[in-house]
Amino acid sequence: MSRDTTELSSCLVLAKGSQDLLFSPVFPGFSQKNGICNGTLYKKTFIEHFEQAPMYVAVFTFVGFAVGTIFGYLRDFMRAWGLEKRNIAEEREQQKDFVPLYQDFENFFNRNLYLRIRDNWNRPICSVPGPQFDLMERVTDDYNWTFRFTGRTIKNVINMGSYNYLGFAETDVNALKTVTIELEKYGTGICSTRQEMGTLDKHIELEKLVATFLGVEDAMVFGMGFATNSMNIPALVGKCSLAPAEKLQKIRFMFNIYSLIGAVLYHRGVSVAATLGLILESVDSLVQTFAEAMHVTQEPVIGKQPEPHYPEALTHYMQSLEKLLREAIIYGQPRTHRAWRKIIILVEGIYSMEGSIVRLPEIVSLKNKYKAYLYLDEAHSIGAVGATGRGVIEYFGMSPDDVDVLMGTFTKSFGAAGGYIAGRKDLVDFLRTHSHSAVYATSMCPPVAEQIIRAMKCLMGLDGTTQGLQRVRQLEKNTRYFRRKLHEMGFIIYGNDDSPVVPLLLYMPGKIGAFARRMLEKNIGVVVVGFPATPITESRARFCVSAAHTREMLDTVLNALDELGDFLQLKYSRYSKSSHPELYEEKMLEPED
Amino acid sequence: MDVKSAKNYVFWLFCQFELITCSYLMEPWEKVLFYSFNTGMVGMLLYTTYACVAAHAGTALRLLWHCLGTQPDSAASAVK
Repeated sequence: MSRDTTELSSCLVLAKGSQDLLFSPVFPGFSQKNGICNGTLYKKTFIEHFEQAPMYVAVFTFVGFAVGTIFGYLRDFMRAWGLEKRNIAEEREQQKDFVPLYQDFENFFNRNLYLRIRDNWNRPICSVPGPQFDLMERVTDDYNWTFRFTGRTIKNVINMGSYNYLGFAETDVNALKTVTIELEKYGTGICSTRQEMGTLDKHIELEKLVATFLGVEDAMVFGMGFATNSMNIPALVGKCSLAPAEKLQKIRFMFNIYSLIGAVLYHRGVSVAATLGLILESVDSLVQTFAEAMHVTQEPVIGKQPEPHYPEALTHYMQSLEKLLREAIIYGQPRTHRAWRKIIILVEGIYSMEGSIVRLPEIVSLKNKYKAYLYLDEAHSIGAVGATGRGVIEYFGMSPDDVDVLMGTFTKSFGAAGGYIAGRKDLVDFLRTHSHSAVYATSMCPPVAEQIIRAMKCLMGLDGTTQGLQRVRQLEKNTRYFRRKLHEMGFIIYGNDDSPVVPLLLYMPGKIGAFARRMLEKNIGVVVVGFPATPITESRARFCVSAAHTREMLDTVLNALDELGDFLQLKYSRYSKSSHPELYEEKMLEPED
Repeated sequence: MDVKSAKNYVFWLFCQFELITCSYLMEPWEKVLFYSFNTGMVGMLLYTTYACVAAHAGTALRLLWHCLGTQPDSAASAVK
């Protein structure tokens, strides 16, 4: 096992030494020229880009935030002294002497920076979120404090924001025939939890299908994707367990911690899992304060981990995980030094903010070496990567037995709602009795279950067509094309070459609003992300490529991005091939025999 | 024609300034405040340059000439 790791690190050192070229799309064949060493964990090339922008970009970003902050203070001052109308929530006059309800300063960023560009989020749509959708037009009269709808709809906006990876969010009547039948047979409501009267034959059928699809013994489905994590992690990770989570899992884990707290407060006896320094300090302190409040024995170990954004850190990332595992095993629990009862490593298949794929072979080898458990959250990767859409496990050519808990959601690639947890039969049996969701949450409704069944059957080829496989291939083609063209144009794109989530870095806060608004003017809907979800200097626009996008749609988007990139000066990359690549099908240059 | 493209270029530069300093996001009265503050600072900088830098530069140059002026005599005496 250690021999594999050394060989792998030697290969990674090779990659690291030539990182400039490796990250250059100008030489796509560079890494393939030397090929993959035979004894390593990776069976094909693993190229990820995390290019750093020139220094002036960071300077300008800080200038922008500084100006925004100064004006934020000015506006707050004016509001506090009555020079400006207050639109924010505040207590009534009679309650002013009480304990304050609204923490003003905590919402500073929200009030002064987010609010100015708030019109780019929460845009209501009024059609199915397919490759194109309709938006309701809305305007604001008082600088985004309130909106009103004009009554018009903006038709056929190209959708680059929905997690519709395989294009199953569709309204085609033929495709939805079985769903309509189930809707008429069962209705929409279940009105009960799984453990009471909410288990239908549809759920059993779906669970068997999910288990077959993933190649595991058994699976359990839940009504809500987010709740799958937040309700089941407390069931799996009890007192005296350690859960190091990858730093890139940021917000999802933060929210899970918040809901963990909700769940734990409800069950006084259950303790919360200690989290290591791989997650954000804010979450650390949150768990720490909560742990202190609950008089829980374990406390989080705070360690400064290297930023996993930069290439050097990626090679050190597994080394730091190994170091953490070793320290956890050697030193045990913080005060008593008793051994941890179990150690669970939580990772995601694709990190939606970075577009990077988890380094599963290394993590599995680490977990086998140190006897830890692995919880793999495939929310974005199930259906989206892998030769037949079975997720990162298939992408790396590994077996599902390597991962202890496979979790995923049906919201992204299957066009439905809900999530699943799959694995060995005893794990799933445990969850059926101990999951908080099974006890308290209503189960998945039958038409949604039928949608998942039909999508999964389509993917597996059980409906008699090759449509599922075609969708997976189309997504792969679209992803590669889109990423390659964006690299050639000179944008900084993060993430793996095979991941359909494409973050395009914008950096400066002023450009976030400008980018989203101008793209909407060109009839393209994008999602932009800023500070709390990403590091403060790295705001980005996140594109989600779909199998339903045609080449023309992608070309429209790419042309618009080209124009906008020139106007807003977004082409920060130092490795672009040419500034105006023509968009045409490249001919094969090899002579045919 | 050249004037138009020059004007477009200046306008584009101004847009870049607006984007970088987040004044694109400000309400009109905030923009007025921000630009007047900036113009004031730049104006003061230019005035200081005009008023003081020329004088200091002149003094420095005079000092330099003085040193250089006496140099041949002292060099000759040193050689001897």
